[in-house]
Amino acid sequence: MTPTPAALGKDLVGLQYLSADQLRTILDTAEPFKEISERRIKKVPVLRGKTIVNLFFEASTRTRISFEFAEKRLSADTVNIVAAGSSISKGETLVDTARNLEAMRIDMVVMRHPASGAAQFLADRIPSNVVNAGDGRHEHPTQGLLDLLTIRDRMGRVEGLKVCIVGDILHSRVARSNIYGLLTLGAEVAVCGPPTLMPPAVQELGVQVFTRVEEAIEWSDVLNVLRLQLERMEAGYVPSLREYNRIWGVSNARLEAAKKDLLVLHPGPMNRGVEIDSDVADGPRSVILDQVTNGVAVRMAVLYLLAGGQPERAEAAKQGGGDA
Amino acid sequence: MSRSLLLRGGRVVDPSQKLDAKRDVLLVDGKVATVRAKLDAPENARVVECAGLVVTPGLIDVHVHLREPGEEHKETIATGAAAAAAGGFTAVCAMPNTDPPIDDPAAVGFVAAEGRRAGSARVYPVGCISAGRDGKRLALIGEMVEAGAVAVTDDGNPVMDSGLMRTALEYALAFGIPVADHPEDLGLSLTGHMNEGIVATRLGLPGKPNAAEDIHIVRDLLLAELTGGHIHLQHVSTRFGVESIRQAKARGVHVTAEATPHHLVLTHDAVIGYRTDAKMNPPLRAAEDMAAVRAGLADGTLDSVATDHAPHHYDEKEAAFAEAPNGIVGLETALGIMLTRVVGEGVIDLPTLVERMSCAPARAFNLPGGTLAEGSPADVTVFDPKETWVVDPRAFLSKSRNTPFTGWELTGRPKLTVVAGRIVFGDDEARPRRRRGER
Repeated sequence: MTPTPAALGKDLVGLQYLSADQLRTILDTAEPFKEISERRIKKVPVLRGKTIVNLFFEASTRTRISFEFAEKRLSADTVNIVAAGSSISKGETLVDTARNLEAMRIDMVVMRHPASGAAQFLADRIPSNVVNAGDGRHEHPTQGLLDLLTIRDRMGRVEGLKVCIVGDILHSRVARSNIYGLLTLGAEVAVCGPPTLMPPAVQELGVQVFTRVEEAIEWSDVLNVLRLQLERMEAGYVPSLREYNRIWGVSNARLEAAKKDLLVLHPGPMNRGVEIDSDVADGPRSVILDQVTNGVAVRMAVLYLLAGGQPERAEAAKQGGGDA
Repeated sequence: MSRSLLLRGGRVVDPSQKLDAKRDVLLVDGKVATVRAKLDAPENARVVECAGLVVTPGLIDVHVHLREPGEEHKETIATGAAAAAAGGFTAVCAMPNTDPPIDDPAAVGFVAAEGRRAGSARVYPVGCISAGRDGKRLALIGEMVEAGAVAVTDDGNPVMDSGLMRTALEYALAFGIPVADHPEDLGLSLTGHMNEGIVATRLGLPGKPNAAEDIHIVRDLLLAELTGGHIHLQHVSTRFGVESIRQAKARGVHVTAEATPHHLVLTHDAVIGYRTDAKMNPPLRAAEDMAAVRAGLADGTLDSVATDHAPHHYDEKEAAFAEAPNGIVGLETALGIMLTRVVGEGVIDLPTLVERMSCAPARAFNLPGGTLAEGSPADVTVFDPKETWVVDPRAFLSKSRNTPFTGWELTGRPKLTVVAGRIVFGDDEARPRRRRGER
């Protein structure tokens, strides 16, 4: 295969610096990969012979498993490293961890890390492709992409939609990746939540700010409801989870004022009865499980493109027609 | 036999005597002997031609971290003093946040003795305000002053207890020394890693708001007013902080204050890309704050330039942003940065620069020097205002390399540093002989 310019760079660190074309390329590439997960034998040889390390410095179930399925369904060899019990918890620095992995001749690293900027740090120091699976409060680009894909699937477009992200924006990498991706693709974006959980100068990101969730619901075509972590209450950002639910919780009663085809997304894991009521999560507006399904396809697309795969060959590649 | 050094034909800028003219400067036996238009060299005098160069009272940095004792892998008193001399500084004040902290007369004596032993720029010890730097009760301030401490501070930490700060300001009156404070309300800033604002929001880093600094600046000014004590505010970085000091000075409060070169030329945009060499405390702030610090330097609200030279080992800065320590080295870039980006951009003129880097710091900390008046110590800085050079941290005499100015092209470079009549930098006979990397 003749080398052609990669659709993405070496790494996927965030959505902030991706162009609309790059975002669309990833989403378009994800489409043909969706079908693989519906087959009886869910495996294609696209990444055969590639070694991928899933390096998780923070607990994660959904994202790690989603990446692992994406990798395995593309026939990559994968190793999972979790921080607890590894040399990482014995005080090894991120630089040394990276160098050691590199010395084992790997091809890609999928990393989650509690420090903002950790993905860029790693990407700058190793020649392998780095995929950010969440770094601190900075970005969670594959979550942003799967949200975009889910919205596009259901609404037929992203451009011109009004999307509001509700909840703890301050600590949320999901919110930042969503904001960048949605704005680049031409959506209008708003955020809503307690003022204590709003990042300073957030409107300078180009988003509208709602304090009252009722106003946000009336305005929106899409609600992306974020998890409220118990630690936020313990740290005093909100006085109690019950109060949070009463004032910012997304309930069917509140959704009566919403547009008829309003979509509800949630990146999981949900706190039922806190940020989202069960009747909403399990109701007709919810696309929460579609997000999970799309997550695998989007991650396959990202891995394929970073490995040098051509977007237009994705269909052929998955038929077994060639490696990436 | 008398030791004489004649600096011939330089542009002598000495604001303490309102002097800015071509002069010869004769130094004899560690003192300034004569400054005149034309001097004959005494017999046996060493003559250094200074035509085209600027000759000033020795630069003084009242805020450096030399890391000894305890963190000698970052810097030692000897390497720090050599870095100071290479940067054109003839004296530095060593902060006491070492391990153990400089909180008793023996520790003060150690710093002073090591400074003398280094035989380079003068090293003045600064003692802690509180014993153990724990912010609870006064350290042995009187005994530390007897041992050579020129000021007290808990720098690195603010003094959170306003009652202790009041006590320190009152007690220090007995010794005529300034109480220096790193103004920061930790309740507002402890979890922060950079300036609070849009850049921090984009990077997903928790911020330190201006208010954290402003609250303590205002508190310190009120306590200085209450006690009549001398408060010295370190590395002022906020617009409200500058304005508060301006008003306090107008009211007659005994306050002196620092501006760092980095807060004069960089904003929080320098952090983009998670650059740990742009991480310091107080953090680089917004453009409006940088403008206010510049205005404060220009009108004398911020009377002294101080580098807050804070060496860290490269391993420590080679980390995720939140995990990297605060601080940058500054001694060997300060003069070039100030000449190029502050004087060069018309914020202040050259005599004002000398005032802010030599005369005012000497007055603030009651140090000898800051003048070339006859009979004063023969501490002199000579620099080439035209020489253009590129910052290469590998050439630093400091042990550390953590600077955001790597690769900057600067105009203006130290050529000769003289302490007590002896050349400590820029000369074959001086030790260390040359900058690393030069032939």
